[in-house]
Amino acid sequence: MLTTGLRFLEALATPHGVDRYLELIHPMLTVRELRGEVTSVHRTTRDTVTLTIRPTRRWQGFTAGQFVRVSVDIDGVRRTRCYSPATSQHRDGHFELTVKAHESGLVSRWLHANARPGLVLGLSQAEGEFTLPADRPDKILLISGGSGITPVLSMLRTLSDEDYQGTVTFLHYAYTEADVPCLEQLRDLAADKLVLAYTDAAGGDLEGFFDETHLRKAAPWFAEAQTYLCGPPGLMKGVRDVFADLGVSDRLHTEDFAPTPITVDAADATGDVTFARSHRTAPNSGATLLEQAEAAGLKPEHGCRMGICFSCTRVKTEGCVRDVRNGALSTDPDDEIQLCVSVPVGDVAIDL
Amino acid sequence: MTVTKLPKLSKAQFDSLGRELDDLRQRVIDDLGEADRKYIYDVVKVQRTLEVMGRGLLFAGFFPPAWVLGVTALSVSKILDNMEIGHNVMHGQYDWMRDPALNSKMFDWDTVAPAENWKHSHNYIHHTYTNILGKDRDIGYGILRMDEGQKWNPYYLGNPVYAFLLMAFFQWGVMLHDMETERLISGEKKWSETKAVRQRMWQKGVKQTLKDYVLFPALTGPMFLTTLAGNATANLVRNVWAFSIIFCGHFPSGVQTFTEEETANESRGEWYYRQMLGSANITGGPLFHIMSGNLSHQIEHHLFPDIPARRYPQIAPEVRAICEKYGLPYNTGGFSKQLASVFTKIVRLALPDSFWGRPSGPPAGTVGKGRAMRAA
Ligand SMILES: Cc1cc2nc3c(=O)[nH]c(=O)nc-3n(C[C@H](O)[C@H](O)[C@H](O)COP(=O)(O)OP(=O)(O)OC[C@H]3O[C@@H](n4cnc5c(N)ncnc54)[C@H](O)[C@@H]3O)c2cc1C
Ligand code: FES
Repeated sequence: MLTTGLRFLEALATPHGVDRYLELIHPMLTVRELRGEVTSVHRTTRDTVTLTIRPTRRWQGFTAGQFVRVSVDIDGVRRTRCYSPATSQHRDGHFELTVKAHESGLVSRWLHANARPGLVLGLSQAEGEFTLPADRPDKILLISGGSGITPVLSMLRTLSDEDYQGTVTFLHYAYTEADVPCLEQLRDLAADKLVLAYTDAAGGDLEGFFDETHLRKAAPWFAEAQTYLCGPPGLMKGVRDVFADLGVSDRLHTEDFAPTPITVDAADATGDVTFARSHRTAPNSGATLLEQAEAAGLKPEHGCRMGICFSCTRVKTEGCVRDVRNGALSTDPDDEIQLCVSVPVGDVAIDL
Repeated sequence: MTVTKLPKLSKAQFDSLGRELDDLRQRVIDDLGEADRKYIYDVVKVQRTLEVMGRGLLFAGFFPPAWVLGVTALSVSKILDNMEIGHNVMHGQYDWMRDPALNSKMFDWDTVAPAENWKHSHNYIHHTYTNILGKDRDIGYGILRMDEGQKWNPYYLGNPVYAFLLMAFFQWGVMLHDMETERLISGEKKWSETKAVRQRMWQKGVKQTLKDYVLFPALTGPMFLTTLAGNATANLVRNVWAFSIIFCGHFPSGVQTFTEEETANESRGEWYYRQMLGSANITGGPLFHIMSGNLSHQIEHHLFPDIPARRYPQIAPEVRAICEKYGLPYNTGGFSKQLASVFTKIVRLALPDSFWGRPSGPPAGTVGKGRAMRAA
């Protein structure tokens, strides 16, 4: 019924689509595109902001631990970043994101400064494999640090909504008590399951960086548990090392937030170029991606070969490229680039 | 051929011309931001509002003033959609915004010509090989004689008639243009190679026809015929307008054409030089520029096809100053002057050059291979 009606409307709205008209009345009226409206904004620590989001009807819900891609327009350019809902997966109709403002971060700082009720964000459906098994384990250890709290907090809240009867411990690392987002709520929810570790202050359940002693104090039963970990690179490494030493790496499940930093010089031809769709990888020769693709035996669509016709535009899924015309770097994942005027800087993957 | 002498530059001059224009482009790119986004969204908003108003007014099409207003709103909507929005978005002018709704790969416009086909012939062929005889298929769209370099034959006696028909049915002309009929006739291209292009034409053509000539008329019930006539008129108005603007962009007198030999191994500076000499501007007020999709700044557009069109009027004085500095002509004039000059050319070239007391046939060295127009 609805789809026939919608198809009729689409035939009237061709070639632009119904959403392009509806969004002019209100950005949340879209029928095909997924969006979310910020309904409330809380700042529970100095450098984080917590947003409650009401998604449009297309939203299919999420599983605790997954993330959504959030898009905002900053100075005219749409920027997309991943954020993990921190609420229980069982609360329908809305979810919460907690975003930490990174000192030199573009989107996180913008959200921290500008998010207000009524702001409409672009959303993707939830994605990601960092989730609890449907058959809940008897013992669960959740470890997080800093903004990595979000996916595991969602797991904790989900388990609580399910009246989970097993053993769970929530071990969280922060600089000081003032840096723990949603602390009040956490205490209300699970004071007995909470282990707070402060790296830069006293007064927590634990002090300093993660080590085996921390692990044994917080969850002596860790060897029988499934552990879920998300946090800054230092913490991730610390936990991985300890779990490896103890021979329980197979019980550790992790999620990385931070992208691998670009360390190579833009002028050096290093790394590998991956053409993901055609399953081909070749060492970066330093030539333009169009030339490298052709050298790899591919025949990408192109026209002018000089950057004016946009025939060769493709999505760069990973890595960094340099525009040969002006040296501008593209570092964001899923950025559209023109193959004929882009050279790879280090490892690059192209959707080709 | 209008034998104005082309100002020749030295290699060093070409290089510095290239650098100056690259610099100008970079300055604009660095400055792109929220204002450009807001601008294009404002235009989109006006266009969609006019479209909805126009279609709505046609429900009252029995009342002549409503019909006239409806058709006017719909015509303006189609013109904005095709020119300031469609043409420019499909050039990638707004790709930097990374907004799928205004991205050159995704956008399609309200005409029967499918975006995909048009982008190939326009963005690639026409913009790369601008005004190179035999390579730029926009010279006469494969049916007109627009340059002395195209050898005269009796077929061209119909030049004014073909031009008139092309003007009235411009959207269909643009659509069929992508078939590259002249290359099919000459055997350069096989019929089977046009399959993808034909499929896209068919799909888009059906959708557009259904919308304008079946669905909306049917929705208005007893007003079926007046709505159909209204939609047809709006398409016609858009066709005539688009044809006029576009033909004023490359064919007024004084605009240069080039040969393949002249343009082999062009440097960046030489490429810019050809773009400037191969285009002409039209003067007018801000509203005229918007309604022309800023193609009234054809020179700036051909230099920098991928920067947002609202920037063309802003950089025009600088481009003009650069032209003056290098002694290059900057072809510009009022709409009626440029249009008259185009129509004069269409009529003049219908007859052999000897009729006008000029040597018949193109001057030696101007005819490339694979000419745009072969005997039709
Ligand atoms: C699956 C997934 C889920 C995520 N969930 C959340 C979440 O729930 N809450 C949250 O706040 N963030 C989360 N992130 C991180 C988030 O996507 C952004 O990377 C972060 O907000 C920074 O973006 P930015 O635009 O502000 O910084 P950018 O402008 O992209 O980067 C600026 C600088 O910060 C560095 N940087 C970027 N991200 C990080 C990071 N996470 N840690 C340390 N340095 C970084 C960059 O290397 C760069 O030098 C998640 C990331 C992923 C991949
Ligand atoms: S081939 Fe024309 S922009 Fe890359």
